Amino acid sequence: MSEGLIKNIKDLSVEHNLAPGTSMCAGCGALETVKLFCDILGKNTVFVNAAGCMTLLAIYPFTPFSGSWLYTAMASASAGAQGIRDALDILIKKGRLSASEDLKVIVLTGDGSAYGMGLSATSAAIDRDLDFYYLCYDNEGYGNTGHQDSAATPYGARTATSASGAGFTGRKKDLFSIWAAHKPAYLATIIAAEPLDLAHKVEKAMTIKGPKMFITLAPCPTGWHYEPHQTVSIGKLAVKTGIWPLKEFKDGTVTHTKVLKERVPVEEYLKLQGRFEHLFVPEKNPALINRIQTTVDQYWKDV
Amino acid sequence: MTRQVLLTGNAAAAWGARLSSADYIPAFPITPQTEIIETLSEWINNGEMDSHLTMFESEHSMITAAGSAATAGVRVFTATSSQGLMFGMEMIFALPGWRVPFVLVNVSRGLASPITLECDHNDILAARDSGCIQIHCSTCQEILDSVIIGYKISENKEIRLPVIVNLDGFYLSFTREAVEIPEHHEVSQYLGEYNQMNDHYSSSAPQARGLIVLGGSQYSYFRYQAHLANLKALDVYKEAAEEFAIQFGRNYSVIESYRTDDAEYCFIMIGSFSTKAKSAVDHLRSEGLKIGLIRPRLIRPFPSEELNILLSGIKGAAVIDQNISFGKGGILYTEITSALYGAHGSYPVTGSFIGGLGGRDITIDEFIVIAGEMREYTKKGIQPRTRLLFTGDELE
Repeated sequence: MSEGLIKNIKDLSVEHNLAPGTSMCAGCGALETVKLFCDILGKNTVFVNAAGCMTLLAIYPFTPFSGSWLYTAMASASAGAQGIRDALDILIKKGRLSASEDLKVIVLTGDGSAYGMGLSATSAAIDRDLDFYYLCYDNEGYGNTGHQDSAATPYGARTATSASGAGFTGRKKDLFSIWAAHKPAYLATIIAAEPLDLAHKVEKAMTIKGPKMFITLAPCPTGWHYEPHQTVSIGKLAVKTGIWPLKEFKDGTVTHTKVLKERVPVEEYLKLQGRFEHLFVPEKNPALINRIQTTVDQYWKDV
Repeated sequence: MTRQVLLTGNAAAAWGARLSSADYIPAFPITPQTEIIETLSEWINNGEMDSHLTMFESEHSMITAAGSAATAGVRVFTATSSQGLMFGMEMIFALPGWRVPFVLVNVSRGLASPITLECDHNDILAARDSGCIQIHCSTCQEILDSVIIGYKISENKEIRLPVIVNLDGFYLSFTREAVEIPEHHEVSQYLGEYNQMNDHYSSSAPQARGLIVLGGSQYSYFRYQAHLANLKALDVYKEAAEEFAIQFGRNYSVIESYRTDDAEYCFIMIGSFSTKAKSAVDHLRSEGLKIGLIRPRLIRPFPSEELNILLSGIKGAAVIDQNISFGKGGILYTEITSALYGAHGSYPVTGSFIGGLGGRDITIDEFIVIAGEMREYTKKGIQPRTRLLFTGDELE
């Protein structure tokens, strides 16, 4: 599928644009995506951040980014991106900035901002056809504050604010469809555990002008309660169980970029995570597990 | 050649932005401000103004974009009012910490609830502690000129703080007055070339802005630096106003004083009703009362020393607040009295009067009653209690 430079895993850069030693948790699934993003997009970037875990990447007086960074507010990073994009365009048009100094503008937010507080500003940025990248790292809860449930929390997960009984009783908001309804130039789900799929999508986006929206599932050891070394295997299972469909939206059409002939039962994904432990301990809860399995099966039946 | 035309306060604000060659205008409509962005939009579409206007979906986003664009190095103008200022208040408080220059015009309107479209100053005074510089206007000419002076202060290398220029909804926003429109090239000469300083993003010079700090020491350092810059803006304002007076012939001191030279009494207030206070002063003077008007143009930084000098011969001062801090009283009164306390041996008896809420008129008769009361209290040497609101009954 790729027309870009990255054909196989060996084509991914071994030198990274994002410096190591940040204050993210060990095994952070979001950081892995950000690292890949920085490598593929290159150094000529400005990241516009909304309040979330990644706000702690740049702590005065250090920044791990090779490019620029602006922290705005939880609700309005997309508006900040609009301001910077507009300003860069004005400066280039008026001859005050060389076009060779131009930057890619990337919004970086968690699901708390993307699915909730920041949705209005992002909706408006897509409406205005803003030429930017938007990367939502979705760890399915307000991770930075101790993992309370957000609009991205899946049914059955225990969080700090749904810590008993069946866990979270709501359902995960379908942000992909909400964004797709806006008809952005490009939209994709990604995950760092599938780096080639991710790289192909980012490379494709780089050839497109307009809003380029990404949602990456971000396995989260501290919020999901598993050992940091399991981040990649849990990420791969999210795809293999069909819980995290890898897909893209372009020119009005949704295409799944990874369709499995046989999906692994969701149980294999759930049982590795402490947030779903109540589905298995003290005794297995087949009704709840089935409910999650049925939702996934229903999704893929319609694909 | 300088032209004199009839302009609304809103149009005067738009002219200020146009003459200052604002590169970028993030916008969102709200009554009674909307005419400003409509006027600018028309000029841009007609090719009369070389600028770019983006419509946002909220004031919170609009003000975020204003600050963000300023960090990238363009001259930014924006405008809002009342609930809009409140909705954007998170960013109004954040942007002084980014140390970015831009001018925001606020058209004062009372805050909900109950909902009103008409003027009082609770909106702008809620931004008092934000770190933004505040210039308060009383005429349409002053609005146009203050936007220009605002850029001069905001972009000064020692300041780099947003400037809010405030005007009264309806009383100024929709009132036409004769306004002199300076020549564009003269304003360009006054402001000089836009200096981006550290406000730039480019591939060869990356930077990180708005970062988190760990610990109170770094936090205190940055907050204190912004405080010092705000204080410094008082001197910078004076220089900018002096330069403006030389070039354009209009003088704007940090505090406007009217007939205070031999005054024993004075009104102290901000905003457009101060022009009515001048009429009341003239009337009271004709009846033999030595009274004047003191109108601070700057609320932040607060011109304490200048105020004390002006009040040094005054026996009784009536502070008239067009706002109300529930459970305390007038906000300007608190500012004035705290600036006076302990400053010199004998400070005047100061009375607190609250009126003009939600656009309610303050009549000449009311100014006369206020003056009479202040005279009585001053003679008795009693500090009067806050007079909350004038009603018909109270006047009778």
